[in-house]
Amino acid sequence: MSGPVRVAPPAAEDQVPRGAPVPPAPPRPPRRTWRRALRRDWQLYSLAILPLLFFLIFRYLPMLGNVIAFRRFQPGGNIFGEYWVGLRYFKMFLGDPTFWNVFTNTLALGALTLLFCFPLPIVLALLLNEVRARRLKRFVQSVSYLPHFLSIVIVAAMVMQLLSMDGTINQLVRAGGGEAIPFLQRPEWFRTIYVSSEVWQTVGWGTILYLAALTTIDDNLYEAARIDGANRWRQTWHVTLPGIRPTMVTLLILNIGTFMAVGFEKILLLYNPLTYPTADVISTYLFRVGFASSNFSYAAAIGLFEAVIGLILVLSANLIARRTVGTSLW
Amino acid sequence: MVSIEAEPRPRPRRRGIQDTRGYRVFRVVNGIVLTLVVLVTLYPFVNIVARSMSHESYLIAGEVNLVPRGFTLDTYQLLMSDSLFWTNYRNTVFYTVTATVVSIVLTTCYAYVLSKKQLKGRGALVGIAVFTMFFTGGLIPNYVLVTSLGLKNSVWAIALPNAINVFNLLVMKAFFESLPGDLEEAAAVDGLNTYGILWRIVLPLSKAIVATMVLFYAVAFWNSWFAAFLYLDRQELWPVTVYLRNLIAGATGAENVGAISEANEVQAEATLKAVTIVLTTLPILLVYPFVQRYFVRGIMLGAVKG
Repeated sequence: MSGPVRVAPPAAEDQVPRGAPVPPAPPRPPRRTWRRALRRDWQLYSLAILPLLFFLIFRYLPMLGNVIAFRRFQPGGNIFGEYWVGLRYFKMFLGDPTFWNVFTNTLALGALTLLFCFPLPIVLALLLNEVRARRLKRFVQSVSYLPHFLSIVIVAAMVMQLLSMDGTINQLVRAGGGEAIPFLQRPEWFRTIYVSSEVWQTVGWGTILYLAALTTIDDNLYEAARIDGANRWRQTWHVTLPGIRPTMVTLLILNIGTFMAVGFEKILLLYNPLTYPTADVISTYLFRVGFASSNFSYAAAIGLFEAVIGLILVLSANLIARRTVGTSLW
Repeated sequence: MVSIEAEPRPRPRRRGIQDTRGYRVFRVVNGIVLTLVVLVTLYPFVNIVARSMSHESYLIAGEVNLVPRGFTLDTYQLLMSDSLFWTNYRNTVFYTVTATVVSIVLTTCYAYVLSKKQLKGRGALVGIAVFTMFFTGGLIPNYVLVTSLGLKNSVWAIALPNAINVFNLLVMKAFFESLPGDLEEAAAVDGLNTYGILWRIVLPLSKAIVATMVLFYAVAFWNSWFAAFLYLDRQELWPVTVYLRNLIAGATGAENVGAISEANEVQAEATLKAVTIVLTTLPILLVYPFVQRYFVRGIMLGAVKG
């Protein structure tokens, strides 16, 4: 029978009363070999088997499956493709004008989303932080979190209802003396629609971490700033914002990590051939290439390209953050 | 990074004397802005309910915004008489329960293993999970895999590919790490093996986090539609999100609506969409007030270590 993982050698630990802080440098246990670790902790390792199988099969196998980007793939055939074709599919999309259109759209939507969805929660959190009535603050928070819990299908459905020819927005347009506009069929409106629905859905929920970080700022800092004659605005600028900077940086890096994968599901629900010129992004394009035209290898090549750019973005954002502000994910 | 218990609270300040005129103005503006935030957030909900209870003719005329016009509940009856809607609703419940159970078991086991700081190879085990947050195989290879495993048209196509959410995993790991080790050690001395310790000592202490995880996963699966859309070919297998999706996308659902409407000799396409939205949102709205704080707590717990 083997017990659970044991903490350091008991001899050293027994002298310390339980609950007392651990001495800074406890004597290191002798280096454990795999054989001993396995014998001692095999039950723990056994608990990891199923989760590991999940990661290997459903996360890492698809990564390997990306080799079909370099191979000819036939539906129903080998999942790793039939034979090598080299960079054929990459050359194909680099020379494909549609690809460059969707690439630009991806960057534009990603940048707009970042521009609005990253700073607005900070602003809202700062505003909420100035509310003195706790009840009121709670209420505003609860309401603003609500959209986060809705299915993206419901959000898309609501957007369509609001923007339909008989919907609220067009009622306003008509009241203002204008002609009703079929917003969802107009490419020039798509980005506005996408970004505002994204803001509607995420801004409240996004305040949570900032509000938590705001409570950890030492009140003495505000006191000191006041004594130095700083008004509220300057207190916010010199005390509050630096106080939540680590949170800001962390969330910024995470946001950049999802930059390339901009709201695939939402766009898929909201776009249509009329709005492709602005709405079609890399992920939706590869979805159509894969499932409408059944060109899996070509679609996989595009997907791999997208994933690699995403990884590079997050790695470089992390590196820059570590070099410049000293905060990073790892 | 942040303390878990800390309730966001306003920083203490003396009233009256210190408030400059500028700050008083700011507070008024702030109140107005926040009121607007609340109104803008709630408006779509109110609007959709109003539309769902209005008569089709007022909808088409573009006269419905805050209150129902030509109040009628006929459309609700119409939708409720559609057996496909109920089949799909049952599917949603079934998929959510199955997938959540699978997810909870896998996440709990792995999180518990990862929380053992002295375990050899722990770093690698964490790394295997975290790497997948930033790099994934992508849509096509996943589709090929799920198809070739023969999971299409079964609940496993929904439950298995997304069984572990790494963020949830890290939240749970952080929680397990915060548990005092004494009890587990004592249990080990008493001869309980690892499984016994997890089941009889650790889990009873972790009810709160398990409940939070159940909520996280359940809401995610309840709301999901894309996996079902991709892998379930027959309409009697769809979850209700796909039912709604097809209704708004005007695909198969539109014929469906047409069929229902014609059968009942009513023109109610637009209203029917609104009713479907209301009925699919309702369960979330009903439980929301009670579960919201668990979500907030879970998110913050994740932020400590995340």
